[in-house]
Amino acid sequence: MGVRLMRDISLHLLDILQNSISAKATEITVHIGAIPSQDLLYLKVTDNGVGMEKELLRRVVDPFVTTRKTRPIGLGLPLLKEAAKRSGGDLVITSSKGRGTKVKATFGLTHIDRPPLGNIADTVVVVVTAHPDLELEVSFSNQTASQKLKLAEIRKHLGNVPLNEAEVLNWIKDYLKQSQKAIFGGVLDEVNC
Amino acid sequence: MKSIAELEEIRKRTLEEIGLRKNKNSFRIVVGMATCGIAAGARPVMQAFVEELKKRNLHDVQVTMTGCIGVCRLEPIVEVISPDGSKVTYVEMNPEKAVRVVAEHIVNGRVCRDLTIGEAEGVK
Repeated sequence: MGVRLMRDISLHLLDILQNSISAKATEITVHIGAIPSQDLLYLKVTDNGVGMEKELLRRVVDPFVTTRKTRPIGLGLPLLKEAAKRSGGDLVITSSKGRGTKVKATFGLTHIDRPPLGNIADTVVVVVTAHPDLELEVSFSNQTASQKLKLAEIRKHLGNVPLNEAEVLNWIKDYLKQSQKAIFGGVLDEVNC
Repeated sequence: MKSIAELEEIRKRTLEEIGLRKNKNSFRIVVGMATCGIAAGARPVMQAFVEELKKRNLHDVQVTMTGCIGVCRLEPIVEVISPDGSKVTYVEMNPEKAVRVVAEHIVNGRVCRDLTIGEAEGVK
């Protein structure tokens, strides 16, 4: 089947969002920011899920630690940590039991081993398809501008039309694609740097 | 740039349509979206299902995602659950196979046997 790996940041994001949803989060905030003057790209995901005890939090980037029952291996966070470290960044997770979890991955913006940003719109659309009631907020920023998409805002305008209606999903996808392009400016979903 | 006004339009257009749809018991498609699934290409598979269902106007089929189904080496894994509750597990999926499953299984009720876990694992 060829090599299987997390090709870009948008796939890591999908993985973290799935973690948040498994942790019963109902509100998730995603922020992706580029700070060229510090040669920094970061991904920040905050949720209001069940959170983690100190003990689990300490071991969570260990590939042999997981909450799933199917097998005793969990590669999501360790892979993200490795990807971040390869480009001179790091992964920092803070969490409190019953309150939620915050995951922040940093990358060296111009580092040759930084994973590409990838298609954030596709990741968000897949999550909204499966979880139309999730309170999700996605924002992009660079040093001079920012763009935000708040699903709660969209819901206000849609009334009883669910967010996973095909036309609405298309709207969200196009909106995020345009926002990503407007803020990061690169070609092929990349950050212009 | 996409505008909020378009959302109002979508609301007007689709509300009527949603009302007309029969709320019959239909298929449910569940895509494994844990690290193993994502790394193997589950995201484009899920998008292919959504696209194909839209193309065929199959609005009452629910597409959703779940964590690890347990056989990571056979990802992307997709479960198709029939209105009667029976379940077929498809393995090593890709967008082309997803299109086929919609046409053959969802529309025509014929399970794509060659794509199932039973076939992949040699269980008869």
